[in-house]
Amino acid sequence: MKTVEIAVIGGGPAGLSAAINAASLGAKVAIIERDDQLGGQLRKQTHMFFGSKEQYASTRGVDIAVMLQEELKKYQDNVDVYTDTTVLGLYEDGVLTIEQSGKYMKLKPERIIVATGASEKFLAFPNNDLPGIYGAGAVQTLMNIYGVKPGNNVLMVGAGNIGLIVSYQLMQAGVNVKAIIDAAPRIGGYLVHASKVRRMGIPILTSHTVKYAYGKDSLEKVTIWQLDEQWKPIPGTEKDFEVDVMCISVGLSPLAELLWQAGCKMVYVPELGGHVPLRDENMETSVKGIYIAGDVAGVEEASSAIVEGRLAGLCAAKSLGYANEDFEKMKQEYLQQLHSLRSGPVGEKIIKGLSKVTVQGGI
Amino acid sequence: MRIEEHPILSFKRGKKIKFYFDGKEYEGFEGDTIASALHAAGVKVLGHSHNHKRPRGFYCAIGNCSSCLMTVDGEPNVRVCIEKLREGMMVETQKGKGVLK
Repeated sequence: MKTVEIAVIGGGPAGLSAAINAASLGAKVAIIERDDQLGGQLRKQTHMFFGSKEQYASTRGVDIAVMLQEELKKYQDNVDVYTDTTVLGLYEDGVLTIEQSGKYMKLKPERIIVATGASEKFLAFPNNDLPGIYGAGAVQTLMNIYGVKPGNNVLMVGAGNIGLIVSYQLMQAGVNVKAIIDAAPRIGGYLVHASKVRRMGIPILTSHTVKYAYGKDSLEKVTIWQLDEQWKPIPGTEKDFEVDVMCISVGLSPLAELLWQAGCKMVYVPELGGHVPLRDENMETSVKGIYIAGDVAGVEEASSAIVEGRLAGLCAAKSLGYANEDFEKMKQEYLQQLHSLRSGPVGEKIIKGLSKVTVQGGI
Repeated sequence: MRIEEHPILSFKRGKKIKFYFDGKEYEGFEGDTIASALHAAGVKVLGHSHNHKRPRGFYCAIGNCSSCLMTVDGEPNVRVCIEKLREGMMVETQKGKGVLK
């Protein structure tokens, strides 16, 4: 069985940042990614990031993925990169079982940083299983990674940041977005993104939801209707859209299976997208030696995933005897960055969610 | 339906790859997944649900949801949204749940 000091599960923004930090401090790191490339969801994000320069503001996600990989290369003597590799299990004795391109193996790390991200939620309505109804992220993957259009006419469900950004990207790819609808009475995403799609002529209908999807073998038509203040549909307000694609962008839930299996204490926190692990200020879970970073710790944005990754990488390395000199200074710097990233109105919800799962001192 | 012009991204398509879907010849590019190549060729229905035989396509495109399972070169339950296209691949609509050989 192979051993390593720190195994990082997931090669997205959180995992890459964790690996960079831990390796830069001298720890031996294995970063494990199921895709054939590192970068995670950054690889399909063509929009520019907000935040400050520490989180690559005004840089496109695709470019941040490249920058993080370049940074990781600087410490390649300390890093083993496993792509096309899926972690199958995380056992109580700390052993990871792994499949790499059809081969089965085991890895025993001294510390584990779980940065597995999140998966797209679904929405219940009649015929929601018709081909042509996709997660908004799936459509982003299809367009921005593979260069394939999802269809001709799209109805976007969800006016959060992902719904707004993917709508814009659909238009950039030459696909017509008929409307964006959201069940909430207000647009959930940033006003900057909403204004951009509105300028392109895409209507945003708040307090609307899907009533019915129609189609024989794939989607042909969607009927929506309006919701009243109690979120009850109002008969007579139906509108039809002739679309071959409907994107569902109603949030993400953390991909926390490995943490459940490892026995981490989990808490249901709607503000963070679902079940997330209890953690201390160092991003360590209730199982000693298992750290978390990014969406699996609570669904947020790539910017905060990057900082959480750095924090988890730092703390995991420190627990192995690295980073003694600057530890407290670096840690405070990352906590400060997270604090400022969470300072807007969207951040209020995150902070409320985090207050339910963050334990001061040891767990 | 391939994107030919894009304001930000440039798609460097690899060499053409021939494959078969339910006996019929199709073409994709190196770097495609089976699902992206089929979708570009207009194929959205990848299988059917077990009980009600309702048509199924992909949903997540990153290997999470298992809505896109097909039989590939005789192996059932392959997630075609993440399986890379290879020359001469035999992709089939899966009948039933598949068996381990």
